Amino acid sequence: MSKDLKRREFLARFIQLPCAAMVFGAVGTGDNKAAAEGPYRAEDHLYAMGIQVDRCIGCGLCAEACKNENNVLKEPYFFRTWIERYSIMMDGEAEVDSPRGGIGGFPPLEEGSEVMRSFFVPKLCNQCDKPPCVQVCPVGATFKTEDGVILVDESYCIGCRYCVQACPYGARYIDPRTLTADKCTFCYQRITKGLLPACVEVCPTQTRVFGELGTRSSPLHRMKRQSSIQVLKPAMNTEPKVLYSDLDGEVR
Amino acid sequence: MSELLEHLQANLQQVTGYIYPNEIELHWSLLIVIYPYVTGLVAGAFILASLVEVFKVKEVASTYRLALLTALAFLIAAPLPLLAHLGHPERSFQIFLTPHLRSAMAMFGFVYMWYLMLVLLMEIWFEYRADLVRWSNERRGVMKLVYWALSLGSRDLSEKAVRFDRKAVYAITLVGIPSAFLLHGYVGFIFGSIKANPWWSSVLMPIVFLFSAIVSGIALVLLLHYVTTMFRRVKPDMACFNKLASFLMYALIIDLSLETLDFIHRMYESEESIEILAQLVVTKLFISLTIVQLLLGTIVPIVLLAIGRFSRIPEEVKRVVFFIAALLVQVGIFSTRWNVVIGGQLFSKSLRGLTVFKMQLGGIEGLFMGIALLILPFVLLWILIKILPPWDQQEAS
Repeated sequence: MSKDLKRREFLARFIQLPCAAMVFGAVGTGDNKAAAEGPYRAEDHLYAMGIQVDRCIGCGLCAEACKNENNVLKEPYFFRTWIERYSIMMDGEAEVDSPRGGIGGFPPLEEGSEVMRSFFVPKLCNQCDKPPCVQVCPVGATFKTEDGVILVDESYCIGCRYCVQACPYGARYIDPRTLTADKCTFCYQRITKGLLPACVEVCPTQTRVFGELGTRSSPLHRMKRQSSIQVLKPAMNTEPKVLYSDLDGEVR
Repeated sequence: MSELLEHLQANLQQVTGYIYPNEIELHWSLLIVIYPYVTGLVAGAFILASLVEVFKVKEVASTYRLALLTALAFLIAAPLPLLAHLGHPERSFQIFLTPHLRSAMAMFGFVYMWYLMLVLLMEIWFEYRADLVRWSNERRGVMKLVYWALSLGSRDLSEKAVRFDRKAVYAITLVGIPSAFLLHGYVGFIFGSIKANPWWSSVLMPIVFLFSAIVSGIALVLLLHYVTTMFRRVKPDMACFNKLASFLMYALIIDLSLETLDFIHRMYESEESIEILAQLVVTKLFISLTIVQLLLGTIVPIVLLAIGRFSRIPEEVKRVVFFIAALLVQVGIFSTRWNVVIGGQLFSKSLRGLTVFKMQLGGIEGLFMGIALLILPFVLLWILIKILPPWDQQEAS
């Protein structure tokens, strides 16, 4: 009787072994493939975004794509990125608007308004190198990654809203679904796979340039070389990693 | 969520100029107004109590225990508005477990625990220890047990032990004064250190908070002293009222000077933000700042207190004048907190527009919740007075 069982066991294992080998083999191949591309190493990157203000046509596709990609609420009170329209009047006064964050484009300027010139400025989290939001977070739920991106740990945020108050750029909001802070992450889920942020991907005029700060061959580096670069609210000393070319002094 | 969206929709209609789209929601509302108001009362009441203990101001000695219990009642209630305002109150313990040491707010738990455990509770315990032992000997039934438990098993009524109590109280008060300064100065720092907000960002903020706290604490003890004297039907101690009124007046003058300094400094420096802040002050904050805080809450009380102190009016009228002044001071200081917290969010960080604050009646951040949170410390105080009567000893003596 026991001899029979042993034989059966033996036969069963005889069939199992090659199957197992096939399965492990397959997994092994996968591992090798991953190893060939290399896992994502945050310390090898330092991301930044360039905004070429004179290229923006205010189409609002970037803000819309951002909402879709990042599951941001559609209501016009929650934005990871938005576009502002500046109208400099003949008397030198600046008027600013951003209806629905610029999604769907901008309505024509009021008839008869004496506009000297007008331009669009996309806004987003500046991924500051000295981020006031990270400084004030009482539990460390918002933090700077090694690749320079500021992220929020939604499962750790206590929803005190101190970071929203501390951000000079109005880049943060509280997601009413989770009651935690949310903001632009440069589409972290995409950039860590080697893809571009959604807003950059859809921009029809290449206003937005995404790249690495440390790499000389990047389009971002080219922009830095060829244009005069400004950041928003430099007096705040937050050292933004969103760099604007040819930014008007009226923009805050 | 639909309620919030409706609320934001209504706010959007009333925005003037340009504000960033994420600024349509105001993030700190009534609960965060109440928090610094209540902590201010704690610090103020304690500082008044300390005057008695350290500087031996005999006239106000009869308010010493009352001031301590007031501080404790308000301190117990102080974290509740904060907790209720959090999106995830269930995660609040993370502030203790994994505090982010560079965050001013992360220090709250430690400052609070230090003040509650090491200063206030210890001072009250030593102050009441001999009484607790006596009461646990005299009383019967449940209260005997309560006093025995509160005395922590202490039984010594010898002269030496009582002398040690006095020394301990003195030593704790010495630590307590800077701690009270720390508690409320720290609350001011939470706002004053936000460089993104020109209405808040000021090195004077902790100092202004501190002196307004002292003002509100003295006024509260004066009010409570008046009410408790009336209900206990004892002869009003006019020397005590006069001294409290004097302290209140001097504190108010210092507070007004600091606020004026802040105002002049801002006007003189006239930074980038001055235009939008000027708009804010003359439109949205006109009533709460100019009328309520400055006129009714500061100038009128100073005049009333001066009249009460330096004119020859009957004592009963004098006390009523002090009472009205102290009441106005409370309204004024609440307004001060309102103007800081709400005022600081009514203009855009783009410095190009103003928004509105609409208080809701119901809900966590609503008016009813606010009123409940302001009544709660008085209920706690009533319970504390029942358990630890602040007067027996003095009346007996």
